[in-house]
Amino acid sequence: MKKKTSEYEDNIRKPVRGFGKLNGINGGDIICTIICLIVIVICLTPMLHLLAKSLSGSSMLIQHKVFLLPKDFTLDSYAYVFKDPKYIKSFGFTTIITVLSCVLSLVMTTLCAYPLLFPKLKGRGVINLLITITMFFSAGTIPNYLLMKDLGLLDTPLVLMLPYCLSVFNMIILRNFFYGIPDSLREAAEIDGASFFRILVTIYVPLSKPVYATLALFYAVGRWNGYSDALMYVKTQDYYPLQLLIYYILNNINSLDIATQEGFTTPGLGIGLRAATVMFSTIPILCIYPWLQRYFIHGATMGAVKE
Amino acid sequence: MGKKKMMATGIVATKRKGSFGAYIRRYWQLYLLLLLPVVYFVVFKYVPMEYIQIAFKKYKLGITVWEMPLAKNDGFEWFIKAFKNPKFWLSVRNTVVLNLLDLTFGFPAPIIFAIILNELRFSRLKKVTQTIAYMPHFLSWVIIYSVSLALFADNDGMINQVLGTKIPFFSDPTHWIVSYIAIGVWQNFGWGSIIYLAAIAGINPELYEAAMVDGAGRLQRIWHVTLPGIRSTIVVLLIMNLGNILGSGFDRPFAFQNNLVLDVAEVLSTYVYKAGIKSLQLELTTAVGLFQSVICLFFLLGSNWLSRKLGERGIF
Repeated sequence: MKKKTSEYEDNIRKPVRGFGKLNGINGGDIICTIICLIVIVICLTPMLHLLAKSLSGSSMLIQHKVFLLPKDFTLDSYAYVFKDPKYIKSFGFTTIITVLSCVLSLVMTTLCAYPLLFPKLKGRGVINLLITITMFFSAGTIPNYLLMKDLGLLDTPLVLMLPYCLSVFNMIILRNFFYGIPDSLREAAEIDGASFFRILVTIYVPLSKPVYATLALFYAVGRWNGYSDALMYVKTQDYYPLQLLIYYILNNINSLDIATQEGFTTPGLGIGLRAATVMFSTIPILCIYPWLQRYFIHGATMGAVKE
Repeated sequence: MGKKKMMATGIVATKRKGSFGAYIRRYWQLYLLLLLPVVYFVVFKYVPMEYIQIAFKKYKLGITVWEMPLAKNDGFEWFIKAFKNPKFWLSVRNTVVLNLLDLTFGFPAPIIFAIILNELRFSRLKKVTQTIAYMPHFLSWVIIYSVSLALFADNDGMINQVLGTKIPFFSDPTHWIVSYIAIGVWQNFGWGSIIYLAAIAGINPELYEAAMVDGAGRLQRIWHVTLPGIRSTIVVLLIMNLGNILGSGFDRPFAFQNNLVLDVAEVLSTYVYKAGIKSLQLELTTAVGLFQSVICLFFLLGSNWLSRKLGERGIF
């Protein structure tokens, strides 16, 4: 597909690289360029604004004079965030459960996708049906909540990892990728006497690195950004993921409001602190995703084009 | 390829022909691998289905769901109560209205964006725009809400400060709906465009060449080549969205809700959470959840049928 795009661009579009050859540009090109620039501005402005706020002094914040560039540059807000054990603990906890649930999810997804590749496997149809049904009908919020309660998972870190550790959507992405690996590789290994498990570990997994990168990103982002499960299932503050903590702080629930706490008596600091918190919890993802773009574009396309 | 596969498996099969024992000896590893996923699906997807009975029963602590007594009116007490509850209808209305608005504004946005990107000739700018446009998809709704507050808050939001106005972006129902939908578009247009870009890349370039030879301008190429080329992708995604018209995510509406706008902001998922887990009306909200799941299922099946009727491939 990639080859096609580049051929297509070379033959018809002649993409302009650098500003050396600006000839042949017409009104349509200018309009498209302007729209793209507007898109960039719309996407970046909110984050820049928050970044500026998080780096500004409290007196400027209180007068609402900070827009896109920091004024009275200071790292005070970040210093407070890093000094507050609440954030560091939650950050650490969220990192740990994100890594663990990501690994768990990748293992589970592999275990589910691989055996279903074999057309000769008896019961494959039944299992496929079992899985497909869950895509279209789910028990609902309350039954799930009661299940967690009866399993004794409420208010434990496990409840943030187990219930969503296998996504059918991601499983289909992986299985479609596995389908793309030539059967002849597998057959050769089978004839050489390799066990199915060995074929998985020595052929399928190593060949699927790009799709694993995609899935790891999907699972990790899902866990890092999710807060609804924690909202429903977790009451102990030690087990709050970062997003839930931020949600509570934003809504001044559970007396977590920073501005009212000891040492944060200046209201301006509250603004800077909130901005710093948001940046603090977002920067990890913003640093990672551009590097994986090549992979997740492929993944996002494969999941949607079914079989 | 198929023939080769048959041959290879044929060799193995003739070696140990027939019996069930031989089959298990050969395939036991695959079943072992499948064990955990199957347990997962049974425990976390199918076991909770038995709790759906609560919708028809009187909830009591300490006994299993099966032992609970049937609710009044042959078990339909909670459905009757739900249908008589104005809050329920309010959340149904809001769910449908917000989903329809999302569809109207959120659905075309990625298509338009993908077409514009495709027309862009500066490949460097194209790449940068793409990367930046994907960013909102990676932010959590809590973060998006706090970013929006910084921009749109009544008193100290950036927009109101710059303009010197006091537009109630989040505290007036009409303004809230507009902000909610606009932010939804902002979050999704980049990510949503990926699939259309892939579809556009799949269009045969000769079609463009032919169109150009025939003297088609840019707009005519978009209208007569690009759009027909991605038509089936558009139809399938549109139908999937239509099938989900009564579905409601939780993270987005819940993050954006506040008490001033609850009349337009309460959707089914948040209503179930508040009335069920917060106020412990477990039976009533299980009934509401079941109602939603069943309607969703019918919509999905219906839209899939429609998709096939229109000559497009179905989703399943």
